[in-house]
Amino acid sequence: MSSYSVTEPSARSKSVAAVLVVLYAVITLLPLLWIISTSFKTGPDSISYPPKAIFSPTVEGYVNLFTNRTRATTEQLATMPPPANFAEEIVRKRNEVITGPSRFGERFLNSVIIGFGSTFLSIMLGTLAAYAFSRFKVPLKDDLLFFILSTRMMPPIAVAIPIFLMYRTLGLSDTHLGMILLYTGVNISLAVWLLKGFIDEIPREYEEAALIDGYTRFQAFRQVVLPQAATGIASTAIFCLIFAWNEYAFAVLLTSGNAQTAPPFIPTIIGVGGQDWPAVAAGATLFLLPVMIFTILLRKHLLRGITFGAVRK
Amino acid sequence: MAEVRLSNVSKAFGATQALSDVSLTIPDGAFVVLLGPTGAGKTTTLRLIAGLEKPDAGDIAIGGASVLADTPAERDVAMVFQQYSLYPHLTVRENLAFPLRSPMMNWGEAQIAARVAEVASVLRIAHKLDNKATRLSGGEMQRVSIGRALVRNPRIYLMDEPLSSLDAKLRADLRVELKRIHAELGATFLYVTHDQIEAMTMATHVGVLDRGRLVQFGTPREIYENPVSTYVASRLGQPRITLLPADAFGPAPPGAVQIGLRPEHIQQGSGQPATVRRLEHLGDQTRLHLQMGPHEIVTLAPPDSRLAPGDTLAIQPQTPLWFDASGNRL
Repeated sequence: MSSYSVTEPSARSKSVAAVLVVLYAVITLLPLLWIISTSFKTGPDSISYPPKAIFSPTVEGYVNLFTNRTRATTEQLATMPPPANFAEEIVRKRNEVITGPSRFGERFLNSVIIGFGSTFLSIMLGTLAAYAFSRFKVPLKDDLLFFILSTRMMPPIAVAIPIFLMYRTLGLSDTHLGMILLYTGVNISLAVWLLKGFIDEIPREYEEAALIDGYTRFQAFRQVVLPQAATGIASTAIFCLIFAWNEYAFAVLLTSGNAQTAPPFIPTIIGVGGQDWPAVAAGATLFLLPVMIFTILLRKHLLRGITFGAVRK
Repeated sequence: MAEVRLSNVSKAFGATQALSDVSLTIPDGAFVVLLGPTGAGKTTTLRLIAGLEKPDAGDIAIGGASVLADTPAERDVAMVFQQYSLYPHLTVRENLAFPLRSPMMNWGEAQIAARVAEVASVLRIAHKLDNKATRLSGGEMQRVSIGRALVRNPRIYLMDEPLSSLDAKLRADLRVELKRIHAELGATFLYVTHDQIEAMTMATHVGVLDRGRLVQFGTPREIYENPVSTYVASRLGQPRITLLPADAFGPAPPGAVQIGLRPEHIQQGSGQPATVRRLEHLGDQTRLHLQMGPHEIVTLAPPDSRLAPGDTLAIQPQTPLWFDASGNRL
């Protein structure tokens, strides 16, 4: 005899759900797969028609991404010492020599500094502000919260020109600090609102118990509220990072030589020595990785509400 | 351990007056139980002493010194909440150790471990020490939460209906346990409950609150035998005191509007006839529901009683309690 449960889905609806999930995953992952496979193709393979699903993989695209090269004649190549590393070997087969590293590495590092820097700042300020809004009597609380939210009501790029002028005057143009502050400013409203929701859910009694147990307000915040808000903080951090990481328009407008991030840099690869799709794909693949790793690391917080079931009703 | 003194304390939340002009002294080593219905100000009193709320007026002193300017941590009190008692992200062991690891204490890990083990065995949760706090039953959670108060040796234990969610057997066990702790440590307790048995068995003093006012404070016996009003009289006693118009049994003293009859105030066998409506056998006692004219009276039947519904029984008051028009004792 089989048991029947009203809350447990039947085997049939489970398998339908599984098929749908797999189908959706394939559809969303296909472009990613395309980009990743292109990054391991040679130039001709990448534009061949019909597209090649099976090809002999090469790291040419990655070598091109990280290097600047120039053409050399066979005679010139013959006079050169043997290639010092595998990258030179690959390049010389195409009658090219490496003239130096490209700027991708430093652009990528800029993205990391600005993306994670602004995420950290948004989360830190957002958590503290959300805690204050959630727990204390703040004068004009509702108006302040609405004001914070209202900064999200227009697309940030609508204020691009004032920001451009402001940044030029303040000397923040093309600086890491400027970009961190800008992305923090955009993200903070989201962070405050999301985190306030999460902190509102944590009963005050926990902090009150900690206060009586001999802790200060800040210690209670750190040891009791923060661990319980971890789920909310993790998901908010992912949202903030994804925005700052992918942001393109402000990065184009405000950065050039010094603090340029990867998004405006990657398209410029196309222009250098013909349309080098494998290099572009390699840049895009590497660019995907940090957010992917960050999301995977925080995934258990996203899936599990750690305070679930703790409250005695 | 210390004496706690509230002097003319008032507290309002918006338009609601939670406490008005309450003066109360909890003597050193006393076990004070606060009685009163929901909204009477019991929990507010605890929170004011703990420092979670600031009084609008009046003073609170612990051990002779005002604590109004002190933070909850500095007041050195322990509190058991009615709800949300455990830190869900910690294990039972970490929960119990949490107060001992506070910056106010300066205990070594070995000392903490010993103390936690001791309290865990008293509360019979030693086998659950490494469980997550969320993996406990309601009763276990509440025991851990009491344990978190007991690991310290504060100046006063504040308990807000700590046993209300437990089953009857555990409640009885913990009642004995708390009473033992009170006796052995000489600890001072302020304890909120709805449960009359808890109040009568544990308390050295009972305070009765009515809409933010302390209406009577005394030993459980005083409160029971000598209530100042119908309100206080109906807080204690099972079955509840029967209140009838003063002239139900004939002439009443001048000014009396109501007569209050506890079972011991009703003499059976002589007086006015009443009809037995219903009998409730509770095991240790048998409740007798009587109808006397338009009035219903609840009292106790003698253990050897052979009464049955429909029987007639003569009753008369014996040193009853008399109350005036506003419910105050004469």
